[in-house]
Amino acid sequence: MRPFAYLRPGSVAEAVRVSAERPEARFLGGGTNLVDLMKLGVESPGLLIDVSRLPLDRVVPTDDGGLRIGATVRNSDLAAHPVVRERYPALSQALLAGASGQLRNTATTGGNLLQRTRCLYFQDTSKPCNKRQPGSGCPAREGVHRDLAVLGHSPDCVATNPSDMAVALAALDATVHLRGPEGERAVPATEFHRLPGDNPDQDTVLRPGEMVVDVVLPPAPEGAASLYRKARDRASYAFALASVAAVLTVRDGRVAHASLAFGGLAHRPWRARAAEDVLRGAPATEETFARAADAELAAAEPLRDNGFKVALARNLAVGVLAELTDRADRSR
Amino acid sequence: MSHATQPLGAPVARREGREKVTGTARYAVEYHPAGRLHGRIVPATVARGRVTAVRTADALAVPGVHTVLTHENAPRLREPDDPVLAVLQNTRVPHRGWPVALVVADSLEAARAGAAAVRVEYESAGHDTVLTWDHPGMYTPEQANGGYPAVRERGDVEAALAAAPVTVDATYTLGGLHNHPMEPHASTARWADGHLTVHDSSQGSTTVRDSLAQAFGLGRDRVTVVSEHVGGGFGSKGTTRPQAVLAAMAARLTGRPVHIALPRRYMPALVGHRAPTIQRVRLGADRDGVLRAVSHEVATQTSRIKEFVEQAAVPARVMYASPHSRTTHRVVALDVPTPSWMRAPGEAPGMYALESAMDELACALGIDPVELRLRNEPAVEPDSGRPFSSRGLAGCLHEGARLFRWYDRDPQPAARQEGRWLLGTGTASATYPVLVSPSAASAHAAPDGSYTVRVNATDIGTGARTVIGQIAAAALGTPQENVRVEIGDSDLPPGSVAGGSSGTASWGSAVHHAATALARRLAEGGGVPPEGVTATADNEKEAAASPFARHAFGAHFAEVAVDTLTGEVRVRRMLGVFAAGRILNARTARSQFIGGMTMGLGMALTEGSTMDPLFGDYAEHDLASYHIPVCADVTDLQAHWIDEDDHHLNPMGSKGIGEIGIVGTAAALGNAVRHATGVRTRSLPITPDTLLPYL
Repeated sequence: MRPFAYLRPGSVAEAVRVSAERPEARFLGGGTNLVDLMKLGVESPGLLIDVSRLPLDRVVPTDDGGLRIGATVRNSDLAAHPVVRERYPALSQALLAGASGQLRNTATTGGNLLQRTRCLYFQDTSKPCNKRQPGSGCPAREGVHRDLAVLGHSPDCVATNPSDMAVALAALDATVHLRGPEGERAVPATEFHRLPGDNPDQDTVLRPGEMVVDVVLPPAPEGAASLYRKARDRASYAFALASVAAVLTVRDGRVAHASLAFGGLAHRPWRARAAEDVLRGAPATEETFARAADAELAAAEPLRDNGFKVALARNLAVGVLAELTDRADRSR
Repeated sequence: MSHATQPLGAPVARREGREKVTGTARYAVEYHPAGRLHGRIVPATVARGRVTAVRTADALAVPGVHTVLTHENAPRLREPDDPVLAVLQNTRVPHRGWPVALVVADSLEAARAGAAAVRVEYESAGHDTVLTWDHPGMYTPEQANGGYPAVRERGDVEAALAAAPVTVDATYTLGGLHNHPMEPHASTARWADGHLTVHDSSQGSTTVRDSLAQAFGLGRDRVTVVSEHVGGGFGSKGTTRPQAVLAAMAARLTGRPVHIALPRRYMPALVGHRAPTIQRVRLGADRDGVLRAVSHEVATQTSRIKEFVEQAAVPARVMYASPHSRTTHRVVALDVPTPSWMRAPGEAPGMYALESAMDELACALGIDPVELRLRNEPAVEPDSGRPFSSRGLAGCLHEGARLFRWYDRDPQPAARQEGRWLLGTGTASATYPVLVSPSAASAHAAPDGSYTVRVNATDIGTGARTVIGQIAAAALGTPQENVRVEIGDSDLPPGSVAGGSSGTASWGSAVHHAATALARRLAEGGGVPPEGVTATADNEKEAAASPFARHAFGAHFAEVAVDTLTGEVRVRRMLGVFAAGRILNARTARSQFIGGMTMGLGMALTEGSTMDPLFGDYAEHDLASYHIPVCADVTDLQAHWIDEDDHHLNPMGSKGIGEIGIVGTAAALGNAVRHATGVRTRSLPITPDTLLPYL
């Protein structure tokens, strides 16, 4: 780890101002990923701006019945929040499916969104990686890539986004609120992370100096239930091979509302719009769910060793939608 | 002393438990001699080639960096007793991750920054790191690990297979596995008046002392190695490791104490691992399940610098009666890290293949897998013809089947479903040889009525310190609290390595004899003089070859649930029954058994090291990507044992227990997955990518 300066700003405004002035700075939340990357030599910020004590640690209702989640709310606290558990269960489940208890106690909402891929080449400075060192190449395409992307990858990068939480946020139509030197803006969670294209070093649409200040959930759709399910190599503390977050409303046996997002398949949480188009208004049956999943996954371009993810994602989606439908039936 | 004498076998708590849970037990890098420097290895980034230049100027310019050792300036070593210790002696790079320089600095941070600043240039050639069954470089070695002959044949296997009414011919493929003990390998070395002292995280400091004495050309009396507390090893610390040599070199060159703790990321290349194996098992049987032929052929890999041959076909020489048998090992040297011991080398991978094949045979015959094994119990050890000193396999199978309620099972595969889960059960046998290595011990009586036993045993978390105290106390007829135990220092009477499940038998025999001799002298009367009374002994008798075939046995039973949507396998319950002589400490023995079973669960379902053919290294460098089982994976895990009264072992009547728990576990789980789903994967670990395509 290289020596670095440390700043604990007194306000969001100060944090943003300093960050804009110092391109070598990084915001520090819980540090559960950034500090690891510093030890590995993947990140070597000249300045850490510790935002973890800024007054962004609250979860408050919004006027329209949604929820505003501060950027420094700890993952454990968010997962346990009664409103989250009751109205946005997929978010609570996604958080609890991630990392370990110790990490969740430390990791923040903003930091979770900004965590980097766990692609083994990205983390190994003795090997090329376009995300870490633009232009150096992507060995994952031919090398070890069982865990990597099947959707939306590019010749330059086949990394996946590792966050569980972000998948639930994508399905829940959350908005990420940013503060930068030019003021505030809001970005839909589905557009916060990018596809790699030819500049995979950029994970997100964040501009220089911008920081995540909070995440806003819209009101939960009337009668909607949500669910997150993740497949992984062991029962806990493993990244998703594939995951799915779904929000579903069924009326009179038909899908009234559905939103669906996949994790572990792409460089960003993969909002499944094509699947949703199939679902909307269609009979809430396994046949529909399978057709919807297939419509989305038709775009998949698996690599040599990760083709299983397509079937896995399909099964997860069908299973989750069927379970949500069952629950809706039972609760009637 | 108010404590009562407790019989051997009592569940005595660990002597050092309080120090460990309060953090006061000191490990190898927690000794902080004044002026200590930190060493950081620079690993090779090519898999095959030569170093053409090591440019150190930038590293030396890093504040706090003292020196950079390279092949050009490092102290010359005598030929070490293990080729993996010949570090910084020449320009050759035998595999990726091999040390090509060592940066020594005031602080860990400076050493790390210095290491990042060293520029190494290579002349590299194309590397070859992928094991295949018919690799052109395959050869048959003289011996496999453990000194076993590479090839054994009885009868005419091919003819017997051709004539057998029922046959199984299956090939099982296992990738590399890494030991990954919780405490990474670490050493603190210092020289004083020509005497080298090293605090080393090892499984046997007598071994490390001998290696260092050889490498540095010193008398053994000029080297002291201390391994007081060790955070696990699983075989990877059973031989001397490069960090000990590098720390001693750096300490000699700088005149300061030097400590080196390997980062987790460097371990996959530097501290050994279980080599990949490809195993073809062919079984031929009569329709009643009696075996006519057993063929177990193993292909494995080693590195370019050392021949290590995983002895995976050896357990087939022990397990089942068969008039015709062939067990063979072939190996190819590749540009890969050097494999070594990992918990139950040979038995763990070999019994996965053999016991999976036995299950396949049971399915082919329509015979219950427990019954099939019982029908092939041998009267004598099949390969050697020697009588067994005791053989508890049948008892373990019977008792395990009863405790597990095995016979409630419908043998039909894919027949039990709960929601999206398919359920199944599986069984497999376990075996591990009784090994004993030379050790010596002393026992001392003090005038105050207390005792001290001394032996260079190593407690790698097993409870060795505790059981040694129990053995001495039993021989002396005193409460174990009245016995002080000194272990973990090469200046003590020499002890063998904590490996091969041999520690308790080896050290314990010497301790028993020393304590017994002391008790006899005390019984002669005359009281204890001020300087005390000391008796010494060794275990020459126990370490000698035995006319008996001596093995521990066991039986595993497992129930799994397989998610039909995802291919995830979750273990509902596992039960092991073991016959390992007399159990000397019920508490620590249970931990050994369930620890081994947990590691077997990892081997079966979660653990795997992926050879990256592009770079020639194992891709997983941390515990986020190398998946050892976590608590959530290990739910209902039970270990039971059947005490054996075997008089052909040692004075305590014990067999080893450290490794048998991992043997057969993976087969039992794989067999359960097959019963649950009807799918036989024949490779490990069984992860969603390997299973889902067949569901």
